[in-house]
Amino acid sequence: MNPITNPESTTNWYLFLSCLLFSIGVMGVLFRKNALIILMCIELMLNAVNLLLVSFSAYTGNTDGQTFVFFIMVVAAAEVAVGLALMVSIYRNIGSIDIQSLNKLKW
Amino acid sequence: MESTILFYLLSAMSVISALFVVFSRSPIYSVLSLIVCFFTIAGHYIMLNAQFLAIIHIIVYAGAIMVLMLFTVMLLNLNQEVSVHKFNLTKLMAVFTGGLLFLVIVASVKSSTLANYQAPAYLNIGNAEDIGMKLFTDYLLPFEISSVLFVSAMISAVLLAKKEIK
Repeated sequence: MNPITNPESTTNWYLFLSCLLFSIGVMGVLFRKNALIILMCIELMLNAVNLLLVSFSAYTGNTDGQTFVFFIMVVAAAEVAVGLALMVSIYRNIGSIDIQSLNKLKW
Repeated sequence: MESTILFYLLSAMSVISALFVVFSRSPIYSVLSLIVCFFTIAGHYIMLNAQFLAIIHIIVYAGAIMVLMLFTVMLLNLNQEVSVHKFNLTKLMAVFTGGLLFLVIVASVKSSTLANYQAPAYLNIGNAEDIGMKLFTDYLLPFEISSVLFVSAMISAVLLAKKEIK
């Protein structure tokens, strides 16, 4: 059976996997300077949280977690549409989507 | 036993492709490895008895979001990376911060008493009928509000991306 739905197993490997994916996403947001890749790393973090919710849903035998995942997917799709439109607009005005060049509001 | 091996295989693939998203030089390789990562996460969903969500995940992410990302990469002509990968202090601190965050979350997971939970025998969840019943009874209002969110996102995307009328 699955490692997480097995009652004898003491380690929940899905929790560690989603923690690792979330940390990779945070690291990518801090690491890269391309705004598009920062958006992709945010998607990665959202997917880590989705995986956590689905694993808990399988763990407790409750469908509510999967319904939340459904809504998170809705929000992620809307966020990507608006974010990519912003990227296109920024590229048209500045000529680059490097976040180092977006310093007009910097004090 | 086979599912354990499959779990480790899928986990290794998703972690490696997530690392490729962060560290690859060209944005187009980042997008392609993110697609691989999403497919492995869909495999995890199938292993966790969430078949409906796995299909929805593939349709929404690999079918819609990643095509949008690829279109933007092609449209903005980002295929060549202009800045070279220098290993400076900011990137070192980024890796350090990510590792510290992973350490903190894992420590809090380890110290929880989650391992004593007895999983119930009822596992007939995750099919379309079950999620549909939840969506149209308990979560009806958020479901309708999400449609309003989609309309506003669509209108704002069109408004932001269209050219200025002189």
